Amino acid sequence: MQRLKPAITVPFLLCILMMMVPAAAQEAGKTGYSLLATGPWWRGLMLALAVAMLAVAALMVLKVIELRNSSNQRSGADEKERYQEHLRRLTSKQIDAVLQYKKKQGNHTGVMRLLITCLITATLALSGSHQLMAQAPVSSEPSSLLGEGGIIITIILVSIPVLATLILLTVRLSNMAKRYRRRAQLIEAAAFADYLKSLPDEVVENVLKKRKAALDYSLSQQELSGTQQPDDARGLLQIKGEPGLPVVAAKKKALPRPHIDPRLSRLVLWYLGTATWWLLFGTTVGEYVGIKFLAPDADHLPWLSFGRLRPVHTNAVFWGWASLAMLGLGYYIVPRVSNVKLASIRMGWYALYCINASVVIGTICLMAGINNGGGEYREYTWPVMLLFGIGLALTLINYWKTIAARATKQIYISNWYIVSAVIFTIVIALAAYLPYWQNGLGETIIQGYYMHQGVGMWFMLFTLGIVYYFLPQQLNKPIYSYSLGILAFWTQILFYTLIGSHHFVFSSIPWWLQTVAIVGSMGMAIPVIAGTTNFLMTFKGAWYKVRDSYTLPFFLVGIIFYFTGSMQGSAEAFRFTNLVWHFTDFTVAHSHLTMYGIISFLLWACTYAVVPRLTGREAPHWSIGAHFWMALVGLLFYSVPLMIGGTLKGLAWMQGKPFIESVELMGPYWLWRAIGGSLMWLSHIFFAYNMYKMIARKEAIDVRETAILQLQKAATLHPEPIA
Amino acid sequence: MKFFDNHKMLFTVATLFFVVLTILVAIIPAVNNQNRNRPLPGAEPLSAEAAKGKAVFIANGCVACHTQQVRNVDMDKIWGSRPGVPADYAGITRTSIWQNTATLMGTERTGPDLTDIGNRQPSRDWNLVHLYNPRIVVEASVMPAYPWLFTIKDTPDENDVVVNVPPDYMKGKKGKVVATSDALNLVAYLQSLKQVQLPDGMPEPAFLYKREIEQSTTPGKGPDGAALYIANCQSCHQANGEGLPGAFPPLKGSKVVNDDANLELYVDIIMNGYDARPEYGAMAPIGTIMNFSEQDVAAIINHERSSWGNNGKKVTPEEIKKIMDFVKLKAATQ
Repeated sequence: MQRLKPAITVPFLLCILMMMVPAAAQEAGKTGYSLLATGPWWRGLMLALAVAMLAVAALMVLKVIELRNSSNQRSGADEKERYQEHLRRLTSKQIDAVLQYKKKQGNHTGVMRLLITCLITATLALSGSHQLMAQAPVSSEPSSLLGEGGIIITIILVSIPVLATLILLTVRLSNMAKRYRRRAQLIEAAAFADYLKSLPDEVVENVLKKRKAALDYSLSQQELSGTQQPDDARGLLQIKGEPGLPVVAAKKKALPRPHIDPRLSRLVLWYLGTATWWLLFGTTVGEYVGIKFLAPDADHLPWLSFGRLRPVHTNAVFWGWASLAMLGLGYYIVPRVSNVKLASIRMGWYALYCINASVVIGTICLMAGINNGGGEYREYTWPVMLLFGIGLALTLINYWKTIAARATKQIYISNWYIVSAVIFTIVIALAAYLPYWQNGLGETIIQGYYMHQGVGMWFMLFTLGIVYYFLPQQLNKPIYSYSLGILAFWTQILFYTLIGSHHFVFSSIPWWLQTVAIVGSMGMAIPVIAGTTNFLMTFKGAWYKVRDSYTLPFFLVGIIFYFTGSMQGSAEAFRFTNLVWHFTDFTVAHSHLTMYGIISFLLWACTYAVVPRLTGREAPHWSIGAHFWMALVGLLFYSVPLMIGGTLKGLAWMQGKPFIESVELMGPYWLWRAIGGSLMWLSHIFFAYNMYKMIARKEAIDVRETAILQLQKAATLHPEPIA
Repeated sequence: MKFFDNHKMLFTVATLFFVVLTILVAIIPAVNNQNRNRPLPGAEPLSAEAAKGKAVFIANGCVACHTQQVRNVDMDKIWGSRPGVPADYAGITRTSIWQNTATLMGTERTGPDLTDIGNRQPSRDWNLVHLYNPRIVVEASVMPAYPWLFTIKDTPDENDVVVNVPPDYMKGKKGKVVATSDALNLVAYLQSLKQVQLPDGMPEPAFLYKREIEQSTTPGKGPDGAALYIANCQSCHQANGEGLPGAFPPLKGSKVVNDDANLELYVDIIMNGYDARPEYGAMAPIGTIMNFSEQDVAAIINHERSSWGNNGKKVTPEEIKKIMDFVKLKAATQ
């Protein structure tokens, strides 16, 4: 107990010393950095530091109490009980050593010493190393008040010594505790060795030998199976072949779904197939457009000039890739959850023709210099968009009739989202293309409405609908909460419809309209959080499935981006963030995080889920993995540098730097964007390859299937005479 | 709920909800703004050439990088003398039966805003060279080149507008570069883009979010002449001060710049423009357009007199102020 005194008093002293550190730091904040002390995040940082220090103090007190308790225990607890505990914990090897020693006891006392040394080394190893002590405090003089960058530098400088002190104190204290414990353990080890020496023979026989037999026991690996072959009367067993050494992780195979009308399969596959083509085409154009930021003189052809190709890229991936993929998946889901056949497969084909024709003609028009006059995503002229609208109208009739004939009483939530998305998009297109309210600022107000409703009511609403079907299906459990889905549905309509004008904050459109849009953007937190919660809670209890599924990682990434991308959009709508980020490349990064991170990832997830069910063929798992990782890493390489560069650009503008400097500073960020974009583009090659493997691959002859077919053929050619 | 089990009810209610909100936040404000606003009295309708030029502007998707809106925030001050108002766009109506109204406000500013480009950069010569290849005049530019708006002729006619393209950018082509009517129309459109003064009595919206550290708060230091030069002068006179032969005169070694006897002319050129030398393009009254203060002008003069080997006498804002008042008076009486 006497020895313990310094061990307890020193930490207490240190505690007091440490409590003074935050006070001193805060004092410095008040006097030396009066400007900084007023900043809210400076105060936040100081608060965080103070909390950290309190935590360390608490930790120290706990350690001291622990030390004290352990010393009490050592002196007061029943020695014999502890030795029994040690005995129980001996490993087989150690018991062997004890037994050997017991055998030779009398003539070879040295063995005992060996055992003790063994034990001591073991305890030494347990007590850890001294290396942590090497951590030296980084002392750093807080420099004088600097300019704007100085704020950050100052705070870092101030916090370095404080943090270093904290780390040092923690390390010191835990080392002291370790040292003390080691000493106590050495004493205990010696005592235990004495105890072992004095063990009577019957204990050795009864206790130690039995214990050794128990420790050495191992299973024969056939306790459950026995030695006989299994009799699998219900076809439940799926025995994997010899796994060997897999290069890529083995994933679960997709389940075949036998009862799908092959004509519907063909239709859905054509939707997804043409969507894949537009993804490849659209992103090839996008990649080239991205490269033009670095090499503006890459070509001098009017049809390939930047201003014409940019809308080609956006429209091809919007109306070509994402829209066709969504509609195709819709054609699968709507009849499935209604438990009836699709009303008209023929009409589905007409819609497919119309939409593809719209994108083909639209692309050619844009490249030829024929466009609608500048509104983003509204570049197709009305005759071109009319084709798209006809496609939507045909789809709507088809879905509607299917749902009207449904065999279920309820309308599954997927169909709420899907059908509403189609209706709303027709409304949006009418609002955007009818000429009655498009003069002057009217055009701008409608443009804000249109470009955001196109994203939120078409892509997001529809995609949510298909996720509500495919996510539960892939997890093999029902959606977490139907009510949350309904809440998200109505709040999405309420808030999303309002937010269009946030693309024109500070422009000459009415101030109240801008405010409504900003408030609506905040309100979007409700449907987004409701949706994210719903999806993530559906994962609950089934997280282990992510490991051996190749669709669930796509879902997970899509859901994560649904939350972060959407909330980022809300944050961007604030008036202050508009100052920094509006008109910069930050917006480009945001639209890729959402249209790519959310929509495309979820569409891929659903595509990989449905196509194998339609064709009975799967894509190679390694190639799906390559697609996933390249798309994800590529997207991050694409968007993070653009966000950093966009912020710097906005700040340069706010500081009144010459405009051309903001162009020059983007150079490296545009390069990173091109690198990320190339990865994304490569991943689409893999996706196209996977689609090819799932759809067009000629299956090797299935020996068993062919044999059965031949038997059947023979039976029809030479029917058995009727007895 | 029974209500939601009826698809007609469910989708009708959802659609009505959406349509009503659409009418409230999009259609009604759009109709109101369309009907309530009239073009400003001083606004001139586009000339025939400028209207054709606007079509070229639209066809080539220039709006992808160039906005046409001066927001009511301080950082947008460099793009116009006042924030935009609804009346600025009121005269813009449907382009054609096939094409919608083009206010061309834009959503990205990869290139400069063009609301007031007709005032800021009115030089036809500069605009034509810049369109042929922007990197001839702005080295760091990432704007596309538009050589298809020009033709190459061995012997241009009298009426042809010949563009002075440096040999490096001719790519081995022989002959003279001649602007097509598309190029000339496009330039006419750009020249027509000028902010119209608000009529007397109409309140001007304020620029919000003023920068806290104004340049004048540090006495004795004054504005940064180099930055002002980059922002306002460099696109013609170039970073090396050598100008562009046959288009923009050099400032390096220039007598107007270096000789103190020419100071009055020097200030006059900066404030009121210059078109006395036929071998070069006309210079816009950049100082008046950008509302230069005497500190700005002094900073620019001092920068130009101490760069590229120039060695002129330093000037003070006070002496510039006197000359500025004088040349302003002279310009007004002319």
